[in-house]
Amino acid sequence: MNRIDRRFRELRAAGRALVPYLTAGDPDPALTVTLMHALVEAGADLIELGVPFSDPMADGPVIQAACERALANGMTLRRTLELVARFRERDAGTPVVLMGYLNPIEAMGYEAFAHAAAEAGADAALTVDMPPEEGAGLGAALHAHGLHAVYLLAPTTTEARARRICEAAGGFVYYVSLKGVTGAASLDTAEVARRVAAIRRVTELPIGVGFGIRDGASAARVARIADAVIVGSALVRRIAEAGPAGAEAAARSLVGELRAAMDEAVARGAAGAG
Amino acid sequence: MASIPEPAAPGASLPDAAGHFGRFGGRFVAETLMAPLEALTAAYERYLRDPEFLAELDRDLAHYVGRPTPLYHAERWSRRLGGARIYLKREDLTHTGAHKINNTVGQALLARRMGKTRVIAETGAGQHGVATATVAARLGMRCVVYMGEVDVERQQINVYRMRLLGAEVVPVRSGSRTLKDALNEALRDWVTNVDDTFYVIGTVAGPHPYPAMVRDFQAVIGREARRQILEAEGRLPDALVACVGGGSNAIGLFHPFLADREVALWGVEGAGEGIETGRHAAPLCAGRSGVLHGNRTYLLQDADGQILETHSISAGLDYPGVGPEHAWLKESGRARYVAVTDEEALEAFHDLTRTEGILPALESSHALAWAMRLARELGRDGLIVVNLSGRGDKDVHTVARREGIRL
Repeated sequence: MNRIDRRFRELRAAGRALVPYLTAGDPDPALTVTLMHALVEAGADLIELGVPFSDPMADGPVIQAACERALANGMTLRRTLELVARFRERDAGTPVVLMGYLNPIEAMGYEAFAHAAAEAGADAALTVDMPPEEGAGLGAALHAHGLHAVYLLAPTTTEARARRICEAAGGFVYYVSLKGVTGAASLDTAEVARRVAAIRRVTELPIGVGFGIRDGASAARVARIADAVIVGSALVRRIAEAGPAGAEAAARSLVGELRAAMDEAVARGAAGAG
Repeated sequence: MASIPEPAAPGASLPDAAGHFGRFGGRFVAETLMAPLEALTAAYERYLRDPEFLAELDRDLAHYVGRPTPLYHAERWSRRLGGARIYLKREDLTHTGAHKINNTVGQALLARRMGKTRVIAETGAGQHGVATATVAARLGMRCVVYMGEVDVERQQINVYRMRLLGAEVVPVRSGSRTLKDALNEALRDWVTNVDDTFYVIGTVAGPHPYPAMVRDFQAVIGREARRQILEAEGRLPDALVACVGGGSNAIGLFHPFLADREVALWGVEGAGEGIETGRHAAPLCAGRSGVLHGNRTYLLQDADGQILETHSISAGLDYPGVGPEHAWLKESGRARYVAVTDEEALEAFHDLTRTEGILPALESSHALAWAMRLARELGRDGLIVVNLSGRGDKDVHTVARREGIRL
């Protein structure tokens, strides 16, 4: 069974998944595996590992800068997979979702990528600029190696499209909570709740919500609505501000804060329901 | 003047419904943009069949843009080269001085029909930015133009022109700070402001329907040229020559001739300092297939799929990708793609200026340089049409600096 499916099955009764995002190789390739373990110890349930790309069109300034730093450090798709393999030496259970853009995967070849990603111990790929209409080839290659293709849903996605996307998706679906790039303005919780409820009508897959979550308060609000809370730019910014020496402590501190806020929100929700 | 190009040859009916030209093209964007692209496709398909829209477009092309543009027999230049007769399609004589306006007039009318109040654009040399700011001023729309910081510095006159026209010019400081990064930033703006904003893409690249839509707005060049050369010479030309950055002036000239198999189609890329130096802008000649900015096409990229920086004396050719229809025309063999260096383009720039009194854009000078070579090969019975896609006034500073002259 894919680690993502197992993890969501474990969580379904107990709580919500916290999914932090890191750009591989930022601020330093030697730190990435250390940071991944620190995230798990501080309460992460899944990790999204960003594959740096020269032209990250869907990302805001924080993750753009992280991509530029990672590329300047010599990071590539192959080296990202090597980092996943090193993470797996000490962590066999935490799912890793590779998040990035299609061209590096095209350059490697779908089959070669899916094979290498599975060997390294990755569990899924989320390719931001590949809608399911163009995704059959990569989806088949991933599937053949036991990996999921994770897809985005957006505020502009119609119900008919949502149905089609969820059919192509595996592991979970990622609802982009606002019109904009990563790290943009804060989210509208009531609107997100409406949209998540609509997505639940078309799929049984777990639903993650990302974009616009930056602190314990916003994570807690989303934890009441969705199965997974995804935090990217806020974490990448903290790590960048802390610098290589303080990166690990900064990551632990933010993820710990998010974890505590989410658990409290879920416990309170359960108590309220009871 | 009908504005819908008739499907004239197998392939002329491309793209398919999903925007594919063979294995190229398509729609590779983040999910948020899928719905607005579908809405744009529906509007584009509807209005390009709407007689009222087409009449308005034709009126604007005639009275605002200044069409039809002449097809000029460069007699003295042809004689001097001692080969084929060369005709120049004078897109440099349009309002704002380049073919870009054909497309921005069309897209702005479409934006208004769709109820959008704000237009955004990316620009490299500034020609497409100026053409977008121009139509936005005329229609009273808000206009934001994204331009790489490097280009803002080297194209200050066009930046000021856009500001005079009421546009906001936003310098882009990410990545290589050139055209590709301006495109990234425009996509980020669009994803954030999809409700009221129309993204006016300047070339035949991007996600479907842009490559097809921009081609259809630019195909007026080839329709006129075909009619004009038949009137002037009583036969079709042996060859068409056009420069290719993203490729909109080339597709505009080529498309109405696709079914005319006897007409050779030559696209000319920027070889910069030479293909062998790696400092060039020639993805069709020296790149590989990949996915960028919403479509699958030829790209300049490294082994890891990271996009490379490009080099050309001409800012309008300084782009690591190319329209997907060109990628398809290359693979199908219908068109051939070559590259000429900065030096060769400059030589053609001077040669035409001195013999015909026409100052060509540095982009167009690449096409002229290839035509010089082709004219000799074809000999006196040969007949060539070159797309003179823009005027060279904007490049006077670049040429002067290159020759060590301070203005």
